[in-house]
Amino acid sequence: MPVKASDIQKKLPGGGKKNCKKCGLPTCLAFAMKLLAGGVSPDKCPEIEPEVKEWVIDAITPPIRLVTVGTGEGALVIGEEEVIYRHEKTFFRPPGFAVLITDKDDDQTVEAKLKKIKELQFEWVAIKLRADMIAVKFEGGDRDRYLSLVSRAARENLPMILMSENLEVLMAARDLAADQKPLLYPITKDNIGDALPALKEKAVPVAVRGRGLEEVGLLTAQLKAAGITEVVIDSSPRDMQEAIRDYTLARRAALTHSYRPLGYPIISLLPLQAEDAMEEALTASALVVKYASIIVLNDLHKETLFPLLVHRLNIYTDPRVPLAVEEKVYEIGGPTEESPVFLTTNFALTYFAVANGVESSKVPGYVGVKGADGLCILAAWSTGKFVGETIGPFIKKSGLENTLKKKRLIIPGLAARLKGEIEDELPGWEIIVGPKYAEEVPAFMTKLTSKWKAETA
Amino acid sequence: MPLKDFLEASKGAIKEVTIGKEGKSATIGGEAVLPFHNFEGNLPRLPVMALEVWDTTPPETWPDHLRSHFGDVVNSPVLWAKKCLEVYKADLICLYLASAAEGEPDAPALAAKVKEIGDALPAPMIVYGTGEKDVDTLVLREVARACAGDGLLLGPVLKENHKEIAEAAQEYGHALIAQTPIDINLAKELNIKLSKFFPKERIVIDPLSSALGYGMDYSFSVMERIKQVAVLFGDDMMKMPIIANLGRECWRAREAKENDQQGILWEAITAMTMFLAGANLAVVGSPDSMKLVKKLLGQFSTGQIEV
Ligand code: B12
Ligand code: SF4
Repeated sequence: MPVKASDIQKKLPGGGKKNCKKCGLPTCLAFAMKLLAGGVSPDKCPEIEPEVKEWVIDAITPPIRLVTVGTGEGALVIGEEEVIYRHEKTFFRPPGFAVLITDKDDDQTVEAKLKKIKELQFEWVAIKLRADMIAVKFEGGDRDRYLSLVSRAARENLPMILMSENLEVLMAARDLAADQKPLLYPITKDNIGDALPALKEKAVPVAVRGRGLEEVGLLTAQLKAAGITEVVIDSSPRDMQEAIRDYTLARRAALTHSYRPLGYPIISLLPLQAEDAMEEALTASALVVKYASIIVLNDLHKETLFPLLVHRLNIYTDPRVPLAVEEKVYEIGGPTEESPVFLTTNFALTYFAVANGVESSKVPGYVGVKGADGLCILAAWSTGKFVGETIGPFIKKSGLENTLKKKRLIIPGLAARLKGEIEDELPGWEIIVGPKYAEEVPAFMTKLTSKWKAETA
Repeated sequence: MPLKDFLEASKGAIKEVTIGKEGKSATIGGEAVLPFHNFEGNLPRLPVMALEVWDTTPPETWPDHLRSHFGDVVNSPVLWAKKCLEVYKADLICLYLASAAEGEPDAPALAAKVKEIGDALPAPMIVYGTGEKDVDTLVLREVARACAGDGLLLGPVLKENHKEIAEAAQEYGHALIAQTPIDINLAKELNIKLSKFFPKERIVIDPLSSALGYGMDYSFSVMERIKQVAVLFGDDMMKMPIIANLGRECWRAREAKENDQQGILWEAITAMTMFLAGANLAVVGSPDSMKLVKKLLGQFSTGQIEV
């Protein structure tokens, strides 16, 4: 259960009523609020009891730890999720997709994969989508070749996962790339004893792997006792059924039961077992829904990565705020005083569909985006936000009437029934009912422009 | 802290709805746990998948790879449906009455055709009307009568036409699809209205499914909430199984039509996501995406597993 400022205040000196201001804040309550916001160390209060201090530190630590892999702009930040179901608030930090390279891959394969992770970028409602990280795995072949792969991968400046069952090789790899904050995988019950001294030397995030959650919890507790808390967990589920069980229980343990040993982001290697790229992508998509924060893939392919990235965006979209664009008139293809106006709503998906349609029609135009709480055409109409009475004033205020010689407004086919209302509101405009789907705009415009030409001829 | 402490108690089981009749039936629902939570309760069965068959030919906009599965049989709904069942191993068929959406339908003729298709098949059938309230009232009432006793899963019934269609379904022994636009309160309201005179054990909720990239996230969360309210809070009016009719939505997306593999995955991801949200039955268009999803479903077992 999340603590409140008043819970902290009660434990401060004098039951939180001392208000001596030595902490630099006017009251104990103000200090408690600042502690909760994470803006100050409990040490600032000289009077605080040591047990209270420890309790406060624990209480203000988020139930699922924040972990950063990599450095700089491309760093992957995961954890600090707050809910089990996205409708309770939202999922905050989208999982990273990693592509796997190993010392058994030949140079060509490695270069091809590194190239793909850079080049396979997509755009969806003006948001750039791409895979995030590189997993470099020692398959037990040539140690030197593996280390040279690590150096090679490090040049890409993407977050890295270094994977090796051989601890000596794992630490050697870390030493090569420690300044890039790679994630080390795996720390297990068999190697943790040997690993701890080396892990304390240089602070990089580590992934623990256990057979089942109980073992994982014991390992994270051992790391925590050694002061290592930037940790990611893997319970090694054998299939999707075990993954859903483990990941759900870990999330519940952390959020509902404040059980710290499982309060870490999850890494999943399950997709690596898939028989082909399609199965791998479908597996990964289910893991996105079911709480994985790092998902490792064998390879990247345009056709499978794109749907997977759109899926991640969907699941991690804040359900409280639809993706929306600003209400205004957008210009596409350099429109002039002769150009038509396309009318639509400000739901991002709707706007970009229309903008794409107009762009591929090669007919320059204005896209008049009427603000409608980010709703699609029909939902906006149903709720009275996209009707004659609201559209009329919007077009009038836009200044288009002064810009345009011919006032032509193309309305969405799904809003055909609005034609009359809009005509009443906008005398002097020709209201044209467009096609139902934006992708039909190019064909529609070809016909319409030839009709216009014929009229002027 | 042992893992058992993190389990959650269930307060209700999803109702079992049986589609079809003796000798050819399928049952959905029955679980007393959240989707795939067989680690904390009994999961009597996995969700099932239907392939969609049109009573006309498939739309022009269908990509070639989708069409190529069916070749000539698309000219005959019976052969098309049989191929879906026998070759592609769909659990059941969803017949979409596309012809009714094209102008004035001849309801009795259409109903006779539905009866003929249903009789020719070895598996039970879902029948989806157009979603247009007046057309569906006319057509689905006729279908209900013509297929008396066949136990169709029939719909969609909306707030606006539920009474007329449900009366016929009640009289002739069919189950109903209650459809509302992505809103848990509207879904519950319609269930309450129907339950006043229609058996709850014969209602399936359709909270509307949208495709990946086109509102899938909304559908996901509404389904997830409905399941949660039913299983964790035991709300009687939300315990009906859920249908996700997503094939047509997916194959409308430009991205699905652009490339074969991408399209198959577009539909497969949408279906799997709806299952994770709690759908008990999904309707898809492509045998390939169905196979892919079924393969992943194969990683789950029924009954209960160890924590
Ligand atoms: C996702 C969804 C929602 C989401 C909101 C999504 C959003 N941000 O708008 C949620 C769950 C919130 C929602 C809520 C509601 N919804 Co709703 N929803 C949908 C759903 C499933 C998909 C909508 C979508 O995302 N479409 C994609 C966008 C891109 O489509 P679009 O805006 O129409 O744009 C396309 C075309 O119109 C065209 N186009 C657009 N602009 C232009 C311009 C020109 C010039 C041209 C030529 C073409 C063009 O191009 C675009 C792409 O092809 C539809 C059903 C369906 N499958 O369509 C129902 C649907 C739109 N919803 C509906 C309803 C009734 C509602 C509610 C009123 C229900 C309620 N009482 O709660 C609420 C109202 C919203 C609110 N106040 O909360 C009804 C509308 C009925 C009608 N008017 O005919 C629908 C059709 C469902 C149904 N069959 O009943 N909904
Ligand atoms: S220093 Fe401590 S006791 Fe004094 S006001 Fe601040 S919190 Fe309260």
